[in-house]
Amino acid sequence: MVNLNVNIGKLALKNPVLTASGTFGYGEEFSDFIDLNRLGGFIVKGTTINHREGNPYPRMVETPSGMLNAVGLQNKGVDYFIDQIYPRIKDVDSQIVVNVSGASIDDYVAVCEKLAPLDKINAIEVNISCPNVKQGGMAFGTNAAGAAQVTKAVREAFPKTLIVKLSPNVTDITEIARAVEAEGADSVSLINTLLGMAIDVERRKPYLSTITGGLSGAAVRPVAVRMVWQVAKAVNIPVIGLGGIMNGRDAIEFMLAGATAIEVGTANFIDPTVTVKIVDYMNEYCERHGIKDINEIIGQI
Amino acid sequence: MKKHIIDFVINENRHIHAIYSLLILSPKSGEKLPKMKPGQFVQIAIDGSKTTFLRRPISINFVDYANNQLWLLVRKAGDGTSRLIDMKAGDTLNIILPLGNGFTIPNNKEAKLLLAGGGVGIAPMLYLGQVLKENGFAPQFLIGARSASDLLELEQLKSIGEVHISTEDGSMGEKGLVTTNSVLKNDVDLIYCCGPAPMMKAVAKVAKEINADCEVSLENMMACGVGACLCCVENTVKGNVCVCTEGPVFNINQLTW
Repeated sequence: MVNLNVNIGKLALKNPVLTASGTFGYGEEFSDFIDLNRLGGFIVKGTTINHREGNPYPRMVETPSGMLNAVGLQNKGVDYFIDQIYPRIKDVDSQIVVNVSGASIDDYVAVCEKLAPLDKINAIEVNISCPNVKQGGMAFGTNAAGAAQVTKAVREAFPKTLIVKLSPNVTDITEIARAVEAEGADSVSLINTLLGMAIDVERRKPYLSTITGGLSGAAVRPVAVRMVWQVAKAVNIPVIGLGGIMNGRDAIEFMLAGATAIEVGTANFIDPTVTVKIVDYMNEYCERHGIKDINEIIGQI
Repeated sequence: MKKHIIDFVINENRHIHAIYSLLILSPKSGEKLPKMKPGQFVQIAIDGSKTTFLRRPISINFVDYANNQLWLLVRKAGDGTSRLIDMKAGDTLNIILPLGNGFTIPNNKEAKLLLAGGGVGIAPMLYLGQVLKENGFAPQFLIGARSASDLLELEQLKSIGEVHISTEDGSMGEKGLVTTNSVLKNDVDLIYCCGPAPMMKAVAKVAKEINADCEVSLENMMACGVGACLCCVENTVKGNVCVCTEGPVFNINQLTW
């Protein structure tokens, strides 16, 4: 029997498999396909203080081994989440992490204060890295001072596990990671999407209404693995790795690079059962390599 | 409705036109097809494409429960659909189904129903017509194409109800567009419509003029198909909603057209 339990700060996960925010809805969307209780946890859609309509259609275009999206944090706001969605999903036997976004520090703090009393929400993932919103989002995540400022404010508002999601659209991601660690983040997750762009040459127009968008999918994986490896060496808090994980092999790759847990994103769109297949693969991989505890492989490179 | 992921085997690939194929599939395991509603769609995994990796949403053309077969009418658009069209009997496809809401079946059996399809937009109308007929309605079809040779599944449609035809070159039926067809001068209570966006918008406009109710089936670009990614949204009177879960069928009164 292989041990797959890992810890992210005070957050205990039954296995390292999480789902990336914005790719798994609120979990319910996938309950016809998989047993949600088998996941380490799932990270629900980016939540803001007020309802957001997001960006105009078209918001998505496929690119080689990937896709660009420009959803723009469409969500019904934190109160709707607490009143309508949370009661429906709270009894699941895996961790629910809420991804929090804001246009100002006050917004982030207000959302965190509302989430903190919820029994089942033992962790939040603070998104300082969304490339698809005009205000806030990535603006905080692309310099160390902004990232530190958000982390400090949120740390005071949310006593449970605090994960900060980092943007890859920076010169030195380790500098940002160290800055949020210094302000009390329990973990960092990376990478959010890479800022990208695609043009329809026949129509001579960009594919996305916002012109640029966030690139995800297998195409970004080598960049993500490299950044996880760099950050894991630079900080002492656990790192959560994501970016183009399509299968169990890819998940192990991130763990070898230094990730304590992983998030599966775009792959959920292609195979809604991929997350449980990754859990199965982790068991099988560890048995095949004579590993009794998956924590042994974290950061072997 | 519960969504299923099922491996299908292709029983037959009928190349019915230069750019259209009719795929007839059945579950590989022999399991019974789940219940599906007209207007719903499926998401097909495409293996081995260099340019696409997301599933392809395809509307349900027909469900033959007696023979446990699903019909999908595929139009060659990009690499993903080209691969589907090139598939052979015996090949397998991984499919998620059924997805989306489907068309409304009215309560009033006397309702005069017109099923309008343009191009591959005829796909959901065959199954819709069949279900309406089985429910005691007398559906009529209005189909449009560039030329007589581009009309799809004409014989199957005729076996269900009266078919009104518009062709742009006048080679069959009335010369002109779906929206200029004289059947629209008749009394119609509800128009179901699927086709290219300009055609659906034109039909919606006619529906408003003749005081008919109208449902259209949208085909916005999708990623997940299950309401998770929020990519396929349509701007409606309720704001941005997912076409994959709140649609693909919308009453035109919900849209901001």
